[in-house]
Amino acid sequence: MSELLDIACQVVELARKAGATGAECTCSEGENFSVDIRLNEVETLTQSASRATGLRVMVGQFTGSSYTSDLTRDGLAKLVASAMELAAVTTEDPLAGLPDPQDLGSFQGDLDLFSDDIERLAPQERIEMALRAERTALEFDARITNSDGAGFSSFRGVHAFANSLQFAGEYRSSYCSISCVPVAKQGEKMERDYWSSSARGVAQLESPEQVGRIAAERTVRRLGAVKATTQKAPVIFEPRVARSFAGGLFDAIEGRAIYRDSSFLNGKLGQKIASSRTTLIDDGTMPRLFGSQPFDDEGVATRRTVVIRNGVLETYLLNTYAARKLGMRTTGNASRGITGNAGVGHGNFYLEPGERSPEDLIRSVANGFYVTELIGSGVNISTGDYSRGATGLWIENGKLTYPVSEVTIAGTLQEMLANLEPANDLEFRSSFAAPTLFVGEMTIGGK
Amino acid sequence: MTFSESFFAARFGIERRDLERYLSEALSQGGDYADLYFEYLATCMIGIDEGIVKSATQGVSLGVGVRVISGEKTGYAYSDDLSPEKILAAGRVAACIAHGPSKIEKTPLHDGPRRNLYPVITAPNDTAFADRVDLVKRAERAARAYDNRVFQVQASYADSLRHVLVATSDGVLNFDRQPMARLNVQALARQNGGAPQTGYSGGGGRIDLDFFLNEKTPEHFAREAARQAVVQLDAVEAPAGESVVVLGPGWPGVLLHEAVGHGLEADFNRKGTSAFTGRIGQQVASPLCTVVDDGTIGSRRGSLNVDDEGNQTQRNVLIENGILRGYLQDNLSSRLMGNAPTGNGRRESYEHIPMPRMTNTFMLAGESDPEEIIRSVPKGLYCANFGGGQVDITSGNFVFSASESYLIEDGKLTRPVKNATLIGNGPEALKYVSMVGNDLMLDEGVGVCGKQGQSIPVGVGIPTVRIDRMTVGGTA
Repeated sequence: MSELLDIACQVVELARKAGATGAECTCSEGENFSVDIRLNEVETLTQSASRATGLRVMVGQFTGSSYTSDLTRDGLAKLVASAMELAAVTTEDPLAGLPDPQDLGSFQGDLDLFSDDIERLAPQERIEMALRAERTALEFDARITNSDGAGFSSFRGVHAFANSLQFAGEYRSSYCSISCVPVAKQGEKMERDYWSSSARGVAQLESPEQVGRIAAERTVRRLGAVKATTQKAPVIFEPRVARSFAGGLFDAIEGRAIYRDSSFLNGKLGQKIASSRTTLIDDGTMPRLFGSQPFDDEGVATRRTVVIRNGVLETYLLNTYAARKLGMRTTGNASRGITGNAGVGHGNFYLEPGERSPEDLIRSVANGFYVTELIGSGVNISTGDYSRGATGLWIENGKLTYPVSEVTIAGTLQEMLANLEPANDLEFRSSFAAPTLFVGEMTIGGK
Repeated sequence: MTFSESFFAARFGIERRDLERYLSEALSQGGDYADLYFEYLATCMIGIDEGIVKSATQGVSLGVGVRVISGEKTGYAYSDDLSPEKILAAGRVAACIAHGPSKIEKTPLHDGPRRNLYPVITAPNDTAFADRVDLVKRAERAARAYDNRVFQVQASYADSLRHVLVATSDGVLNFDRQPMARLNVQALARQNGGAPQTGYSGGGGRIDLDFFLNEKTPEHFAREAARQAVVQLDAVEAPAGESVVVLGPGWPGVLLHEAVGHGLEADFNRKGTSAFTGRIGQQVASPLCTVVDDGTIGSRRGSLNVDDEGNQTQRNVLIENGILRGYLQDNLSSRLMGNAPTGNGRRESYEHIPMPRMTNTFMLAGESDPEEIIRSVPKGLYCANFGGGQVDITSGNFVFSASESYLIEDGKLTRPVKNATLIGNGPEALKYVSMVGNDLMLDEGVGVCGKQGQSIPVGVGIPTVRIDRMTVGGTA
């Protein structure tokens, strides 16, 4: 048992002695490194380590929680006293509490979340990777005249969790990333875009040259953007944008939105809510991926859950509390940081790929909009109303043509789901993933 | 109060000579500048949902960040342990950015000027929990009582008390006690089995708990959230395409934050990556527009006695009668650009490097009567409230989402419309401002600004403003 897990177990024991009828403690520690370079020079270099712990106590059906970065004996005693103090001011909630003992557990198998090749990389080599990415971008095209920098960052840490039902578990994880943000200019107008690659270890990263080249290609193709005219037209999301669409769907199927009746998908279990080509999975057990962990933040084993199968909504994603509210069983999706109670989170949450290539999807559109970036937060999961700022390329006669920016796209999640066609290019670059997506006709707001 | 009576000196026994020693260590490799940022942060959050106080959390974080600047390079390290060995070690790590013999032998520290923009005697974080829990209970009852179509209410109360101490190799020594409290209410309403509609409201500032008892009560915020949710029940589709847009006073000032504020942060301009780069002295807005960033307004959420680099905040004119006047500076950018600091160096916590950031950003009042502004529009959109916004500072394109808006038909507000995103371009959008109202209002104190992964509290404000052309992202 690591020192960190030992601390988590001690805190749970201290809480029981202080009168808690249930307790759970999360402890995290980690080391961060990041270097940002710009125009071939190091701009910032940050290196540090930190630890923190969070506690939730139950006193009967009353809940209190606390956190601290002070892991000394004295600090832990205060942590427990703080949580107990708050349990006295909350309301009795018959459904609050730790998971049912039979739900506790851990995924058996190596998730390969830690790689030791990052620490073998000297700081100078990390700096060099960022420099290579930026150099590639700057040399890619004469119109790339500036840079908002490139960076390498990494993390290694341990996460430990224990509760008063005898669950104790911990895992190590690591992370590294290269990113690049070139700036291009044409006339008086500037554009920027970015590309990044992240992985558990250096060996799985895209090369700095590839990151720099893709970032540069994406930036240059935005130059000369015009505002489209206001019209209804078919819309295709490139994978990076499709990922954020998947993220929006998560908000609509997580248990809290369901039991609060604030999601347009409440009450739709067993119903067809999307095109038959739509299959949406949450899987916390995929080796090396960023949405993977052996147990959730209540000590329940993670798993693979089919949320939408061929267009039919099969389940919601739940933590213990949401499951009790809905008369269902936890799906191992409890998620919390150091502070507060567990909410509902996701593992690797993704739309399964379809049959056609992205090129085929684009070829099928005579006049439409291929979206490469969305900004703003206009997704309403209660009504399904969707309205966001968009940038991309116009599709004419099945081909990507000129760049378009400063427009909006609007419609509803219901219609987008009904028309959804995923392409065959699924890649896992973050814990949300989706292939290129055809989302049907939307209203484009422009000039 | 003198340094020896300050929080870190009294509680952790930190002395002036300790700070001088840490700074010397940080500069031992030849850096040009170093600073130390000590932070103690106590927070509390209480949440009510479905009538049940389900969550209550409190906690403490403590740490110190050490920064070294050498030319344009920054080295940074932090420690959550205030022992001298750990701070010296962080200083050595940050020092590695520089290469060479120490240029600065010793820095005598002088107490910076002091003032108190938030004279809160008892910080909300030091009050009885029962009093704070009562606020969310009152909010939840009032929102439900507002209208029987309100079926779900969630309210949260959050406060914090932050103590900071800044010491720099320029000799600045300053410290501050920064209280903050905020109450938020979200209401969901529904009629005839239709889709739920949402309303939000909230507010607070660097205030004491009496603010919520005497000035802006839980009932005030609750009724506002419930009202917004109920209004949306009859909303029609928003228009699509270019339209005349009238912004109501207060929170719609988030437009300024996105359209011009971020683009005027000095780091982007020093690097030449902002759409506003090199435009000082140029016309970037209609002559009716004067936009300021003011960190000195008493008790406001975005205000600070000193910024996170130890400089006093001030009132900075960004745009004067449509002409771009200045940027928001932090120490690094002001050193490199040869400008004076403007008191805008801010950071989320000791784990973060300071950057130029906004404080309270707003447009000064004009002369038009707000009623007259609405009457002047034959067909357009009136935006009373906004959700969040976002900007791409390089192209200048920005968006924000209108959470409560109405059609203007023949000079009158008619039907409410559904939430829609509005989009524009920073250096262009404000050129279309044709009327500015005499009703400047600041927001109620809920703003959070994100930049490069760091979140900080800010304020915004605007009078009623008519913009002749802006793109609305509806479907009608």
